[in-house]
Amino acid sequence: MSDTIVKLADLVKPAEPFVLSDEERHEIEHELHHYPDSRAASIEALKIVQKHRGWVCDEAIPVIAQAIGISAADLEGVATFYSLIFRRPVGRNVIKVCDSISCHLTGYEDLRDAFIKQLGIRFGQTTADQRFTLLPICCLGACDRGATVMINDDLHGPVEPADVAKLLEAYA
Amino acid sequence: MTLRSAADPQYQKPLTRLIDRAAGPLDLAGYEAEGGFLALKKAVREMDPAGVQAAVKDAGLRGRGGAGFPTGVKWSLIPMGPDAGEKYLVCNADEMEPGTFKDRLLMEQVPHQLIEAMATAAFAIQATRGYIFLRGEYVVAADRLNQALAEARAKHYIGQNILGTPWSFELFVHTGAGRYICGEETALINSLEGRRANPRAKPPFPQIAGLWGRPTIVNNVETLSNVPHIVMNGGDWYKALNQGKSKDAGTKLYGCSGPANKNGIWELPFGTTARELLEVHAGGMRGGKKLKAWLPGGASTDFLTPDHLDLAMDFDTIAKAGSRMGTGLITVVNEDQSMVSAVRNLEEFFARESCGWCTPCRDGLPWSVKILRAFEAGQGTQADLEVLAKLTRWLGPGKTFCAHAPGAMEPLQSALKYFRHEFEAGLAKAPAEAGLAKPAQAA
Ligand SMILES: Cc1cc2nc3c(=O)[nH]c(=O)nc-3n(C[C@H](O)[C@H](O)[C@H](O)COP(=O)(O)O)c2cc1C
Ligand code: SF4
Ligand code: FES
Repeated sequence: MSDTIVKLADLVKPAEPFVLSDEERHEIEHELHHYPDSRAASIEALKIVQKHRGWVCDEAIPVIAQAIGISAADLEGVATFYSLIFRRPVGRNVIKVCDSISCHLTGYEDLRDAFIKQLGIRFGQTTADQRFTLLPICCLGACDRGATVMINDDLHGPVEPADVAKLLEAYA
Repeated sequence: MTLRSAADPQYQKPLTRLIDRAAGPLDLAGYEAEGGFLALKKAVREMDPAGVQAAVKDAGLRGRGGAGFPTGVKWSLIPMGPDAGEKYLVCNADEMEPGTFKDRLLMEQVPHQLIEAMATAAFAIQATRGYIFLRGEYVVAADRLNQALAEARAKHYIGQNILGTPWSFELFVHTGAGRYICGEETALINSLEGRRANPRAKPPFPQIAGLWGRPTIVNNVETLSNVPHIVMNGGDWYKALNQGKSKDAGTKLYGCSGPANKNGIWELPFGTTARELLEVHAGGMRGGKKLKAWLPGGASTDFLTPDHLDLAMDFDTIAKAGSRMGTGLITVVNEDQSMVSAVRNLEEFFARESCGWCTPCRDGLPWSVKILRAFEAGQGTQADLEVLAKLTRWLGPGKTFCAHAPGAMEPLQSALKYFRHEFEAGLAKAPAEAGLAKPAQAA
C-alpha cells in the first residue's frame, strides 16, 4: 500500500522547472522590439524555443508567456493552433512531404509510401533512433518541382521514390 | 536611355527583368545600378501621397492575391491627413494556395524590389510601419529579405526620415508557423498580433480598423511589386503592357504545375491564354498524355476543361467561364488521373486547414472527404452524391465566416459538373451486380 502511495507521489511530482537560456531570453527580447504590442512576438518566441530544443514542452508555456507578458492560456491557444510548433518531441531531422494537389498529380502517394517503407514509420511518428520524424505538409510553394519534400530547412524536388534512401543519407 | 525607362524593350517584363537565377539576387548597389529605388525617390521628392495613389488607380492595378480587387480603390479607403494617426502596410507573403509559387520567386530573386515597393506604397498611404507576413517555410526568402532590409536601412530607404524627409517608415519581416488560413487577410492580422489565425468579421474592413485596430492595407507580394514601375513610367505605359490582350492592365506572373513537360513561371502580358501557357511555355503535357482538366489559379478555383484553353487568363474572362483566375498559376490534370481522387486530395487539404471557427466549414469539409473516399473505394451511394451537391451550397458564399469554405467548394462543384460520370462510377454496385444474393424482401 505504502509502495503505491510513493509511486503516485512520484507521478504528481513537479517536472524539472523550465528555465529559458540566456540566449533564448535575449532572442525573445530582441523580437519584442519589432512590435508595439508584445503579444505579437508570441509565435516567434515559440519558434525560438523550438529552434534551441527541437520542440515546445508544456512546462515552457507559462515561462515563455511571462517573458512576453501574456497569460499562459493565451499562449497555449496560440501554440496549439500553428502546425509548425511541435508540442511533442521530434527527431533530429524533420521530413515534411508535400501532400497538396500539384504534388499529388506528380507522384506524392508513391513518394510518401517510399518514405514510410524506408523509415518504417507513419506520418506523425519518429524513428526509434530519434533520427527522423515524418510529417505531411501543405503546398511548399515549389509546385513546378513536384513531388517536393522539405527536410529541416532544405527543399528538395522533384524527388522520385527511388531517390529516398540516398536523400536521407545526408541527414545524420 | 534612362534606367527603368518605358523605351527599354527589356521593360516589357518589369517584375522579373532583374532575375538571373544563376547569379542570384542583386545586392543594393546592383539594384540601384539598374534604376532601383528611383521610384521611391521620385515618389518622395517629386510627388505627394495623393499623386502616388492616383498613379496606381490610373494604372488599373488589380490585386494579385487571388481576388483581383483594384489596388487604387483599396488604398483610397484609408484615412489620410494630419489627424489620421498611425497606419500600417502589410505584405501578404503567406503564399500557401496549393499550385502557387510566384511570390517566392519575387522575394528570393529580387528582394529589393519588394522593399522599394513597400516603401513607395507606404508613402502613398502615409504608413509609418510595415510588415512582410512570410510563411515560415520560406527560409531562403526570409534570409534574403532580411539582408536586403539591412542594406536599405543603412541607406535610409527604410527607417527614420526617409531620404531626408520628415516621413519615417519601419519595415519588418514577420515569419509564420504554418496554417493556410493565415493568408486570409483578417486572419493574417490576428496572426500578426500573436493570436490564433481565426478570421475577423468584416466590416470594419482593415482599411478602417486592421492591425492593432489601426487603418491597415494588406496587399499581395506581386501586387506591391508593380508599384515602383507604375510610379516610374505611369498608367498608360502600364496598361499597354498587356499588348491589348485583356481589360486587365500590366503583366502577370503565370505558371504551370502538374504533369506538364516544362513547369515554371513566366511574366507575360495580362490575358495570355492558358493554351499558350501549357503548349508554348510549359511544352505540353508530359509523356504525350491528354489534358483532362485544369485549375486556373490554385486549389480554390473551379476546374476548367480543354475546351476552355483558348480563354484569356484574366479576372473577367475566367469568371465568365464559371471559374476564378485566382493566382493565375495553372495546375494541369492528365487523362490517367481520377477526378474523384484529385478532388479528395483538395478537400483533405481544405478540411485540415479549416480554422475551425464556424460549423459548416469545420464539419462539412471532413464530411466531404469521407464521402469522396467512399466513391474512390467504389462504395458511394446515390444519397452521398446528393450530399456532395448540397455541401457545395451549404458551404457556399455567404454561408460561412470567411471565403475558405466557398473556395473549397469550387473544385468540388466543377468536378461534379464536368466529371459526374466519374463520381457515378464510384457508386456501390447493386447487390445483384456485385454477385451477392438480394436481401429477402420483408413481408
Ligand atoms: C483562405 C484564404 C487564403 C488566402 N491566402 C492568401 C495568400 O496566401 N496570399 C495572398 O496574397 N492572399 C491570400 N488570400 C487573399 C487575401 O485575403 C487578400 O485578398 C489579399 O491578400 C489582398 O491582396 P491583393 O489585393 O493585393 O490581392 C487568401 C484568402 C483566403 C480566403
Ligand atoms: S469558413 Fe472555415 S476557415 Fe473560414 S472562419 Fe469558418 S471555419 Fe474558419
Ligand atoms: S503542391 Fe507540392 S509544392 Fe505546391
